[in-house]
Amino acid sequence: MSSDADSATPTAPRAIVAGHGDFAAGLVSAVEQITGRGSQLIPVSVAKLSVEDIEALLRSRMHQANVRVIFTDLQAGSCTMASRRILRGMDDAVLIAGTNLPTLLDFVFADARTPPEAARHAAERGRSAITVHGAGA
Amino acid sequence: MTLELYRIDDRLIHGQVVVGWGQPLDIAFIVLVDDIVATSDWEQELYRMGVPPEMDLYFHTATDAITQIPRYRADPRRGLLLTGDIDTMRKLVDGGVGITAVNVGGIHFRAGRTQRLRYVFLTPDEEIALRELDARGAGVTAQDVPGARPIALADILAGDELS
Repeated sequence: MSSDADSATPTAPRAIVAGHGDFAAGLVSAVEQITGRGSQLIPVSVAKLSVEDIEALLRSRMHQANVRVIFTDLQAGSCTMASRRILRGMDDAVLIAGTNLPTLLDFVFADARTPPEAARHAAERGRSAITVHGAGA
Repeated sequence: MTLELYRIDDRLIHGQVVVGWGQPLDIAFIVLVDDIVATSDWEQELYRMGVPPEMDLYFHTATDAITQIPRYRADPRRGLLLTGDIDTMRKLVDGGVGITAVNVGGIHFRAGRTQRLRYVFLTPDEEIALRELDARGAGVTAQDVPGARPIALADILAGDELS
């Protein structure tokens, strides 16, 4: 039996998460642990793949899940480069590079917005979520 | 200073190059040698956005690079030269610009290639090309990141590092 809260929780994929090593799986796991909304995010690992294969894999995942948002880890990363190629000519898609956990947490709760709008909002949240404490701060 | 590293990496500009090697070697500029990228404004803009603002990025065809390498070696800053495939690096070595060491940083899977390292897959022709580079005095080692142990060509081709 599902409660109102359960039925209000979107579970369909809304974005791809891709990056180095286990970055994507780790972040999505953390989102799931904190919010139970990890199913909105599709983690993609690209180890051992060529640039062409990374692009093909990301493109395939986007089409399969019908999503238009990609979160990546590093601006110079292969996933970011491949995503920028994919987004070329796609006016309705958004790439967020430099993703952190606060970014994704904001995204999965912003289900009243379209995924691209939610991604832009989440990027700002993630940017402002970095704080410094301790010596010299 | 000089060009600190001559690297073959089919991902060209990416995290290992910009951060992994760029920071410990204090790399101030990257020379990207690729005939397609050198003639495409869009490709160049794509790669420019992948490097930090304090790092310069220069693009050349293989032919052009042969004439420009001495100028980069005379640059007071530290630089890194990057090709996306073995054939381009071989053109530079054949051009007689005095490359004495080649770093294989990443040649990934595609049809016809056999895995030799976690990050190196080679066709039979590519294996021959690497042997030829090595024989011409451009010592070939594989090393994805600075903290990893350089792997000699014989050990790359033996595939022993996979076991």
